[in-house]
Amino acid sequence: MKKYLPHIIFAGLCVVPLMNLSSYIMHILILVLMWSVIGMAWNILGGYTGQVSFGHAAFFGFGAYTAGILYYHLEISAWWGIPACVVILTALSLVVGYICLRLRGAYFALATLALGEICRVTTENLVDLTQGNMGIMIRERTWIDKTWYFYIILFIAAGTFLLIKIVMESKLGYYFVAIREDQDAAESLGIDTTFYKTISLCLSGVLTGIAGAFFMNYMGYIDPGVVFPLYDISITTVMVVMVGGAATYWGPVVGAVIMVFLAEEIRSLPYIGAAHMTIFGVILILIILFVPNGIVGDYKKLLKPFKRKKEASS
Amino acid sequence: MEQLELFLQTLIAGFMLGGLYALIGLGMALVMGVMRVINLAHGDFMMIAMYIAYWLFTLLDIDPYLSVFIAAPALFLFGLAIQKYLLTPVMKVESILPHNLVILTVGLAMVFSNLATVFFTGDYRSTPVSYASNAWYLTDFWSESPIELSLSMPWTLSFVLAVVITIGLWIFLTKTDMGKSIRATSQDVDAALLMGVNVNRVRMMTFGIGMILVAAAGCLFIPIYYLYPALGRQFTNVGFVITVIGGMGSTNGAVIGGLILGIFESMTATYIGMGWAPAGRFAIFVAALVFLPGGIASIIRKRRLGK
Repeated sequence: MKKYLPHIIFAGLCVVPLMNLSSYIMHILILVLMWSVIGMAWNILGGYTGQVSFGHAAFFGFGAYTAGILYYHLEISAWWGIPACVVILTALSLVVGYICLRLRGAYFALATLALGEICRVTTENLVDLTQGNMGIMIRERTWIDKTWYFYIILFIAAGTFLLIKIVMESKLGYYFVAIREDQDAAESLGIDTTFYKTISLCLSGVLTGIAGAFFMNYMGYIDPGVVFPLYDISITTVMVVMVGGAATYWGPVVGAVIMVFLAEEIRSLPYIGAAHMTIFGVILILIILFVPNGIVGDYKKLLKPFKRKKEASS
Repeated sequence: MEQLELFLQTLIAGFMLGGLYALIGLGMALVMGVMRVINLAHGDFMMIAMYIAYWLFTLLDIDPYLSVFIAAPALFLFGLAIQKYLLTPVMKVESILPHNLVILTVGLAMVFSNLATVFFTGDYRSTPVSYASNAWYLTDFWSESPIELSLSMPWTLSFVLAVVITIGLWIFLTKTDMGKSIRATSQDVDAALLMGVNVNRVRMMTFGIGMILVAAAGCLFIPIYYLYPALGRQFTNVGFVITVIGGMGSTNGAVIGGLILGIFESMTATYIGMGWAPAGRFAIFVAALVFLPGGIASIIRKRRLGK
């Protein structure tokens, strides 16, 4: 049963658009799938390889801007952004990897944090290329109906899930985990840690960029404040993985479901809506303190209080 | 001649900004050295101190420079509480993800900046002190001077006070027992533990001192800057860029790093454009990562070892 869970969920999601759901619910589902892709992508680097990134907004925004610039300057469909961002994000990841993956400790986390800011400031100032703070808008959306967007992001998400599963069950995946657990030991066994960390970063960056290019096509409008913010994208990505569970297949998916619904719910509440960042921050702190490995990673620990009650009552 | 004047003026402004930046960087470097944690809520603590100074000025008419004596102890206690009830418990939690503590500080930063927006709105605020527009001119002292340079009075005051605080910290770190314990812990935790240093207490004190420094920086910044809730992020960035330029955890490096960053930012703002000043900050950060990953501390160390 457990073995076929992914197939069942995938088949279930394929039928969803046929159920004639309201446009708002479809929007939420699309966001959930998009965030699962970003979360899974972050998980390769942060969860499995142990290199925590605080700047995935940079990869996301790069993907979005690749699609946007192709549309705006070359006047071709923004969907070409998805194949194009594979090339561009590999290049970006190689540069970032060369600069900061040679170093250990907090350098990588700080460098990625800076990367997000660099991208935001640069896009704001390179007005000729990116339209600066005016942003880029796609004048005619491909479809008005959300069905096809849903299928596209569903296939991207399924592909990402499959790719991660294949990678993590191959030699490459074991290298990643070895690097996370003990970099010195990994190196002494002949693993070129910098090289494999860079591969991990490339995979993670490209997948996040694809999600970004999809975002451009789906939302039809981007500006630096929308795609490069620290808290709304980079830290939310970390939270998606931490809530769900780092280094698990299902963690980012569970995290994305929870975070997207939570964000929608909290933002729509009167008065409290303005304080949604505070609530997110408190949730983040509580998770670090009590369920450091996320809901999927620590679900046994979470079930404990309920089990004890059962024993007491029986 | 005008070019020279502009250059010198920029240099002076950058040097003063650097002196204040050094104060922010010092607090971060101390915490980094002892706890091996980059405190990404550093700038937000500064924001809190600035709000304290702002309200003291607006409601009670206390000079921002005097509010150091209120804001610094307040943040010291706040820092001790955070260290005791949040950071220490998290240090014991085992998890797959490394950098748990760093993520925790990000959570704190989110809470602080959002709460500030909720309570104080996003308005830009400042403390209009009576001497804000006073300035010293070079021609006042030397009337035949070929070039004209000016120094704003609040800037000078802030800079001088920052230097005084930095010297005070230096005396504390080199002459007192607690200071020596802090330096020992930052060099080698295990060795310090074996020598009978109460590492837990040292950690709490260090975090508290980091808070004092950042509170002082906040009070010195508010007469010359403006205040808004999201300001913390910008100064957190300044802090960690300085920490990396200076070499992780090195206090000497942090001072030099602060000065370099201040001058560099001032130069970018004058010669390239205001909007690019933050990009300049990160350009120097990337350059430090590529060419000098050990930071300025590694140069100092090499000198000392005579290599």
